[in-house]
Formats: sequence, structure tokens, C-alpha cells
Amino acid sequence: MISFLQQNAFWIITIVKIALLLFIVLTVNAYLTWFERKVVAHIQSRWGPHRVGPHGLLQPAADGLKFLFKEDPTPAGVDRFVYYLAPFLALALSLTALAVIPFGPDPIPVFGQKIYLWITNPDIGLLVLFAITALSVYGIALAGWASNSKYSLLGGLRSSAQMISYELSLTMSVVGVLLMANSFSLQKIIEAQARPGGWGVLGWNVIGLASGKFPVPQIVGFICFFTSAIAETNRAPFDLPEAESELVAGFHTEYASFKFAMFFIAEYTAMITVSCLATILFFGGWLSPFPASSFWTFTHYIPSITLIPFGLWVIYDGIRYETIFGKLVLPAVGFAMFAIGAVLLAGVWIVPLHTVSEFIQPVFWFTAKILVFLFFYVWARGTLPRLRYDQLMNVGWKLLLPVSIANLILTAGALLLRGAK
Amino acid sequence: MNPALLVFFALAGLAVLGALSLVVQKHPIHSALSLIVVMVSLAGLYLLMGAEFVAMVQIIVYGGAIMVLFIFVIMLLNAGEEEHTDFSKLAKFAGLPLAFALTASLAALVVKPDASIPAAMQAFIPKATEQISSMLFKEFVYPFELTSFLILVAIMGALVLAQREKK
Repeated sequence: MISFLQQNAFWIITIVKIALLLFIVLTVNAYLTWFERKVVAHIQSRWGPHRVGPHGLLQPAADGLKFLFKEDPTPAGVDRFVYYLAPFLALALSLTALAVIPFGPDPIPVFGQKIYLWITNPDIGLLVLFAITALSVYGIALAGWASNSKYSLLGGLRSSAQMISYELSLTMSVVGVLLMANSFSLQKIIEAQARPGGWGVLGWNVIGLASGKFPVPQIVGFICFFTSAIAETNRAPFDLPEAESELVAGFHTEYASFKFAMFFIAEYTAMITVSCLATILFFGGWLSPFPASSFWTFTHYIPSITLIPFGLWVIYDGIRYETIFGKLVLPAVGFAMFAIGAVLLAGVWIVPLHTVSEFIQPVFWFTAKILVFLFFYVWARGTLPRLRYDQLMNVGWKLLLPVSIANLILTAGALLLRGAK
Repeated sequence: MNPALLVFFALAGLAVLGALSLVVQKHPIHSALSLIVVMVSLAGLYLLMGAEFVAMVQIIVYGGAIMVLFIFVIMLLNAGEEEHTDFSKLAKFAGLPLAFALTASLAALVVKPDASIPAAMQAFIPKATEQISSMLFKEFVYPFELTSFLILVAIMGALVLAQREKK
């Protein structure tokens, strides 16, 4: 038994990691819907979900149950094979993309095995992601075509046109980053942003300072990248494939129940992937915004300093909450946050906890940056009006593509002047 | 059995099945989907040979961009199922012998490979992305740039043809 485990350690670890990542991502997806509804509601001076569970926190579970138990009709005249294939394709591809995202630098040692915080880390990680993006058009386009409905077909057509157009600027806008890192590997791209000499946030690709040389900022590349990425994930203000006011629900009009949920999960997973990618490519991935020198060690308190007051606030809020359920659950959640924060804070003095505290730093920064980008996604959806179709094409082809090509040429020239290796 | 060989046979079988289904399917969208299967399994075969970059470019360019355009056009024209007409006479009489000849020549290569070709190819095939880029932009820079011009000419030709109606 033991020898079997040791021989197949790689496979067992990988399968467990995949299961764990899927669990985490699907949970985050569920709460992302809650987060989005809350933020959009507050932008529009509403309360958002607040009936199911304290602050509507059980709303995702209720939604999931609803998706499971709803009737799942198949409309007449659909192309059955493609109609069933499309949601699977969309979901499978968007979940596959997560396999190449590195979530942290340091491996966890378990039973003599090093467990890295990624499922796989190929040298061509970024290309794998682009390949998956290239294929993910099919889920939506085929769903639109197979549904045998005019709204769906229009949605599918729009999405394929949109995704072809924005894929160009998406790819072009990151080439500058690739030039600065000299690698397709996401891990190496992050490591290249820890510039020698302790620059911290100034060394990230978005600003691009390096000691003794003039900076090569990629801020233009970042703006092009994030705009194209919002369009690639079919999110507002680029959500023409599912524009409610024009196409009922666009490509997924004819999908109900869990098949609709699969498109939904695919879209939210794509949002997470894009946020990870924006973090990795332009904002230093898991790197702390503060330089790595010993003077800045006090910034290691930041995870606990954010968690402890937030936990205390949740406890205070829970005690005041109207329902008894909320009075019980919210303080428990708050206490858990407070406890985690306290343990991390204790790690500054107590030795065995110290490793935990140090280990959590990169993961904390990575998660924090991803959350910021997810908030940007929701913010954009809540505040920007949807583009018209011709505006969409103009932005893609006449603005983003030339700007990202210009950014590439300027970056290449600047790096040549600066004397890249 | 060697796992690499197992993966090879799985991917090769998938590619052949996809190619067959491409011909047999009646609906253009199903044919296009089969072609995507062929492209992606070919990419898998490249990956098996260690050509990561080529595999990913195969998926991005062929599996992604080109096939999306195919599907876009089929959807836009709303093409229905094919009507099977009588085969052309040329296909009837020359098709089978030609298919046989092709299979025979390929089989001959597989059964008795010319040892000099793989050796020369081994020396030539660059695997790492860096090698490919330095080859493209140093040794083969003129053919590379000429190809880009060719594509540019094709794009401009398409633009001219599309614009002609308006005047």
C-alpha cells in the first residue's frame, strides 16, 4: 500500500489538487454571484439579496438548488448533439484554464513530497491559456446555433465575431510583458517582476522600474489587455451575445436548469482566470507590493491586520443582526476570521507558526489582487452602458488593436535601448 | 504498454475518426466540428513529440481562429444539410486508385523508413520556443517576411473585393 502510494505519488497528488481546486473555484464562483449582486445593488441604491441567510449569504446555495431541481426542457428542432455538447464544452474549457495558473511560489512539504500551488506549470503556460481562450468561443457559438432560435443564433454570431476581434488585441497587448520576461512561463513572468534592488510595487510590469535603467511601463498594455479580456469573457459592457434588452438572453435563451448554470459557471470561472492573468502579467502575481528587504518585514502583519478588524466587525454586526440565525452564524464567521488573523499575528513571534505566516504572504497578496480585479469587473458592469455593435467593432479594431501594436513596438524599442539581455 | 505509445494511438485514432466523420457528416457544422477534433488531436500529437510551441500555435491558429471563421460563415449563411448528388465521374474512376496509391506510398514509408530523413529532421526541428523564434527572425527572416507580405496582399484583395459593390 505504502509503496503503491509512493510510486504513484504524482498522480495522487495531482488528482487531489484538481479536486481541491475545483471545489475552491466552484465555491468562489457561487459567492462571486452573491458579491456581484450585492455590489451592483449598492451601486443602484438597493439592498441586493438579503432574505436567504444573513446578508443573503445562503443565496448561492438556494440558487444552486433551484438550478438542480428546475425542469430541463429541450426545445423542439434543436440539433441534439451540439445542443448538449455546447455547455459541456464551455464549462470544461474554462475550468481547464485554471490548471496552468500558479497560485503561490513555495511548495508545501507533505510526507516528503513537495506540493506546489499549481496543477501544472508548463514553459508555455501563457500560450496554453490563449489556446484555451481560442477554443472557448465554440461553447457559446455552438450553443447559439444549435438552439434553433433566432435570438440564440444572433447571440452566437455576435459572440464569435466579438471574440475573434478582441482575441487579436488581447494577444498583442501581452507581448510587451513577454518581451520583459523573456519567457512564456507564468512563474518566470512573475519572478521577473521581482526586480533586483528591492523595488516592490514599482518593479511590477505595469510600472516597470528597474535599478539603474529607465522604466518601461506596460500600463497601456494593461488597459488594452483588461478591456479585451472583458470583451473575451462576454461581460458587460461587452455583453452583446446575451444582451437582455435586445436578444432576450442571447445564446443561452433556450437553455434552462443546470445546462444554463454550466454557462453561468463557465463565465464566472473565465472572470477568475482573467483576474489571475491580469495579476500575473502586470501586477506582480504573488509578489508583495513592498520591497523584500528586512526594513519592510513589518508589512508581513498586513494579512492579520486586515483579517482581525474585519472579523471583529463581522462579530459586532452579527450581534446586532435581526434574525436569530444571523446572530449565531455571523459571529461564528467573524470569530473564525479573527482567529486566523490572530494565528498569523502570533506567527511573528512563535516559531512553528512563523512558517505559516511567511507561507501565507504570497498567497494573501495574490488573492487580494484577484479580488480587486473581480471588483473591477462588477464595477464596470454596474456603471458602464452596453456598447452598440458598431461601437464594439470600432473599439476592437480601430482603437485597441493599433494601440496594443504601438505599445509592442515602443516596448521592444525601449528594451533594445535599455539593453535587454 | 508504453504510456506515450498509448496516448499516441488514442490521439491518432481520434484524428482519423475525426477526419472520417468530416467527410461522412451531412451537416456543415458537424463537418466543421469534426475538423476541429482533427486539429486538436494533431496538436496533441505535436505535444507528444515535444513540440510545445507548435502544438499551441496549432490550436490557437487552426483550432481557434480559422475554424471559428468557418463556423461563423456557416452560421451566417445558415447552411442546411447537404444534398448528396451523384459523385463526379472523375472521383468515381480516379478516386479509388489514387487513394490506394497514396495509402501505399505512405505505408511504404512507415514500413521501411528512409533512415536519412528522420536524422536530418531531428537536427532541424527546433523544440524550444527560443530556438524557433531565433530561427524565424535570423536564418529564415526573408521567407518569413515574404509570407507576411503574401498574407497582407490576400487581406487587401479580400478588402477590395468586399468594397467593390458599394461604388
